[in-house]
Amino acid sequence: MYSYSEFDSAFLAERNAQFRAQVERRISGALTEDEFKPLRLMNGLYLQLHAYMLRVAIPYGTLNSAKMRKLAEIGDRWDKGYGHFTTRQNIQYNWPALKDVPDMLDALAEVGMHAIQTSGNTIRNVTADHFAGAAADEIADPRPVAELLRQWSTDHPEFQFMPRKFKIAITGSPNDRAVTKAHDIGLRMVARDGARGFEVIVGGGLGRTPMIGKVINDFLPEADLLPYLEAIVSVWNQIGRRDNKYKARIKITVHEHGIDEIRRLVEKRFVQTRATFSGVDQQMLREIEGHFAPPTFKTASEATFKAAYHTDPVFRSWADTNLTAHKANGYKIVSISLKKHGETPGDATGDQMRLMADLAETYGHDELRISHEQNVILPHVHVSDLPALHAALKDAGLATANIGLISDIIACPGMDYCALATARSIPIAQEIATRFDDLKREHDIGQLKIKISGCINACGHHHVGHIGILGLDRAGVENYQITLGGDHTETAAVGDRVGPGFSADEIVPAVERIVDTYLDLRSEGEPFLDTYKRTGMGPFKAALYPETKVAAE
Amino acid sequence: MPKIFTPKVVTANHLLAGDVIYQTATGWTRNLNEAEVLQDEADADLRLIEASQQVDTVVGTYLADVALSDGVPIPTHFRETFRATGPSNYAHGKQVELV
Repeated sequence: MYSYSEFDSAFLAERNAQFRAQVERRISGALTEDEFKPLRLMNGLYLQLHAYMLRVAIPYGTLNSAKMRKLAEIGDRWDKGYGHFTTRQNIQYNWPALKDVPDMLDALAEVGMHAIQTSGNTIRNVTADHFAGAAADEIADPRPVAELLRQWSTDHPEFQFMPRKFKIAITGSPNDRAVTKAHDIGLRMVARDGARGFEVIVGGGLGRTPMIGKVINDFLPEADLLPYLEAIVSVWNQIGRRDNKYKARIKITVHEHGIDEIRRLVEKRFVQTRATFSGVDQQMLREIEGHFAPPTFKTASEATFKAAYHTDPVFRSWADTNLTAHKANGYKIVSISLKKHGETPGDATGDQMRLMADLAETYGHDELRISHEQNVILPHVHVSDLPALHAALKDAGLATANIGLISDIIACPGMDYCALATARSIPIAQEIATRFDDLKREHDIGQLKIKISGCINACGHHHVGHIGILGLDRAGVENYQITLGGDHTETAAVGDRVGPGFSADEIVPAVERIVDTYLDLRSEGEPFLDTYKRTGMGPFKAALYPETKVAAE
Repeated sequence: MPKIFTPKVVTANHLLAGDVIYQTATGWTRNLNEAEVLQDEADADLRLIEASQQVDTVVGTYLADVALSDGVPIPTHFRETFRATGPSNYAHGKQVELV
């Protein structure tokens, strides 16, 4: 884990003092809201439906126990005893008072955290594979590069007033768990002839105009990364549209100019940017890599794990669902579900955060990750510790065995909190999870990703959900549109809209009809997405709109 | 044909707490029941201008539609219902104060 240098700490202290003075001037009336708003947004502070909201960056989703405990303390002291983990691997506090925010930022700085560039038209928190540094299928740990990108992009003078926000995601694995193709820039670490480099994808994004990113460079040598990214952002900063915020993201720039023209412009600019990089960035990367040395993995008997697995069906169900293969012998990656049936996806109480911090310290080499799927990961746990870990999680309501299943739903805050939302997301997620838990069918249904957004901005990633749900306001009533066949992985695809939306009362039965149709159609062991690709939308549409079928007959 | 004016209240977020507030004849309240209901368009526009000038107290002033139930204002759109009561997943908002 990266530890702040004296420079980092001094920079943060200065920035926090600056914002404290800005808050004081706003409270005194010396700054108007129009003057203050861009300043607060630069520091992650929004004004939402019911209160201010502070969005804290969790760079590439990586935490240690000290940071997690601090997040718990902040939730207890200045919020209402909890925090909300987001699809960008951040945490949001929904209830801070304006006067307390500078103290919250100072508390974060104590553990090397901040809220800088979690909002505004800047390069946002760099996200990464939540299994980074642990996954068995990984080429390399992407987090040192992600940290280099964090340092490069933070307060970058050229990139503070861009046409719109800019999001970068990185994965070190061919199995993409970071949704790289739905980001402004997606980076996939690749190897060629023994050398490490990146496949650079540009122009992906969700929102009102969903686009799958296009490859601008299929092998960028590692040493060229920063000058090349600087060239991309610089070209977009210059030609990206500022006349219409809905057409300002780089996905529109790539769409309007074409990937070949953008590549030509980037290559031209790259000649200039490359000349300004002296190689010091690569020296810094080597230094950063030292912070991410793998832990000293232990060897131990697996007998306790095997005994629990064969005698405790609850443990076995959890182990079968919530564990992922680790690169080290005897180790597993543990996904802690923040999707207990009926609870708010992504929320954790202060007590739960503290427990997860304790468990990470005791069993997990002091590492935690936040996934874009709004769960918490303990990346390095030896199997001998899993029975005790599971028991502790169970006592805290954190042992739900549903990772990747129908109740492991991504949901944005929706109209329960968000000022931009057009409908609620959270209650729909709660009802779907509760319904399928009551039916005890989700393990039979298998891998099925439901993603819910409460508005067209798509924070809930609905476009890439196997079943996507978009909440809209239709003549003053909440209405939910369904898309099918979305895919967030390396085979990324935007889902197809099925037809007219459903009311809040109708949406859960509609999802049930989709699932029933899948169960009728699937062949042995065939996941939902494969069945949908094989059959197409027809049978699902017929199940959702039987009256249309009748009318056509 | 001119649009018929419907009853409104002036609403905003409180600068310090960030929570939803409504204008009364003499100040601000956190309870929609106590809001001043504006029945006249010119009066509503004037009250909105007065409210938006209070930059060291409130943020984001606007006129929200209401209906009257026994003389008490109630929201006509679900967004205003959530603003008036709080989120639906926890009793963390105004629903606590309104009990």
